[in-house]
Amino acid sequence: MLTKRIIPCLDMTQGRVVKGTSFMDLRDAGDPVEMAAFYYKEGADELVFLDIGATPEGRETMVDIVERVSEQVFIPLTVGGGLRSTGDMRRMLEAGADKTAINTAAVFHPEIIADGAENFGSQCMVVAIDARLVSNGDAPRWEVLTHGGREGTGIDAVAWAKQAVELGAGELLVTSWDQDGRLSGYDLRLTRAISEQVTVPVIASGGAGTLDHLYQALLVGKADAVLAASIFHYRTHSIREAKEYLAEKGIPVRI
Amino acid sequence: MIAVIDHGAGNLRSVANAIVKLGYKPTVTSNPSDLLGAAAVILPGVGAAAGTVRNLERLGLSEAIRRVVADGTPMLAICVGMQVLFDETEEGGRHRCLGIIPGVVRRLPPGLKIPHIGWNQVNQKINHPLFDSIPDGANFYFVHSYCAAPDDISVAAGTTEYGVSICSVFVSGNLVGTQFHPEKSGEYGLRMYDNFLKTVLKGSRA
Repeated sequence: MLTKRIIPCLDMTQGRVVKGTSFMDLRDAGDPVEMAAFYYKEGADELVFLDIGATPEGRETMVDIVERVSEQVFIPLTVGGGLRSTGDMRRMLEAGADKTAINTAAVFHPEIIADGAENFGSQCMVVAIDARLVSNGDAPRWEVLTHGGREGTGIDAVAWAKQAVELGAGELLVTSWDQDGRLSGYDLRLTRAISEQVTVPVIASGGAGTLDHLYQALLVGKADAVLAASIFHYRTHSIREAKEYLAEKGIPVRI
Repeated sequence: MIAVIDHGAGNLRSVANAIVKLGYKPTVTSNPSDLLGAAAVILPGVGAAAGTVRNLERLGLSEAIRRVVADGTPMLAICVGMQVLFDETEEGGRHRCLGIIPGVVRRLPPGLKIPHIGWNQVNQKINHPLFDSIPDGANFYFVHSYCAAPDDISVAAGTTEYGVSICSVFVSGNLVGTQFHPEKSGEYGLRMYDNFLKTVLKGSRA
């Protein structure tokens, strides 16, 4: 049986791992290469690196970090943040990344998804969607944000998710801007709304503060994988604890 | 020489890194003559099968791969690298592959999420040195939308359940294939590379 994946997320700026709230108020969380090696040994199923500064210098630093990580970490690595072209993607893949996550560039130039899928295969194309709740109630709606959560687009997040998959996305990384860094749980309705509408795996992101939050995202949110940062970076819980908790609840995990 | 075939697939570096980590020296090459003299050949693969076949043919590698297999040189083919050894694939229409292993590559059945992405169990169907010190049912990392259906099911040394029973490890003489990515499958994945290389090279690490 396919297991559910636990994915630590390393948000990076200037070569350091940082963590904020709703993408702001960043705190230093450590050295990316050391943290990656640590999570690998702890049993993480994959790692995601996001350059949240999304600058050209940040991209060069990221290439170097991905090269060093891939020499000692033998699980899938996803790299994103500021990737604007298939050339940018190729650099990351050649450095040792297995998948690339694209966000803002995909919203403004959706054809980049199809280009990337054609060049590298859909399995390399993770479309990252940052979504903010815009209308609550029985029929909630979320809008897609770009530029690291700073710009609203008015685009419906669920509709965009479906379009991204039609264009060739192999996986979706869905982050709730509202919940990010707040440790009060994932936006389960957002995760579920998208997971039920697409045929590709969905990674839930934004808001994990307890092990039960991970469980809820997989069960109620129907996510295929859960991404978390703070609870692992600040050692609230280990990956092992998370997996043992989920296994006890009957969720298939790799231990 | 351990030849890792460079046909433009993106994950060469990961494959080479895994082999280096085990203390061997891989030679990444797109030169057909390197394959013919190699002690072992590794055929990595990600992306689309048709594009992979096209690149192998353009580089003169498909003929070298046929010769290597015919000569009995140990070869490990990974993911799309394994798929292209079959007769044909359904991916992107119908495309002819290298025709080394009788059988076809089909799309995973609808109903579950596709691609099949993540860690899934490999059930060992035979005793084989490839599985040394790897428990039956150990998890390996998969990422694919198509899977190989060999005509002769006895070559399925390992199977994995995902809507259908996938031939996740293929063994036919000195030719070995995995649908998962051992270079991305943590310690058991590294052990599988080590098992393959150890058997082939009998201790010499060159």
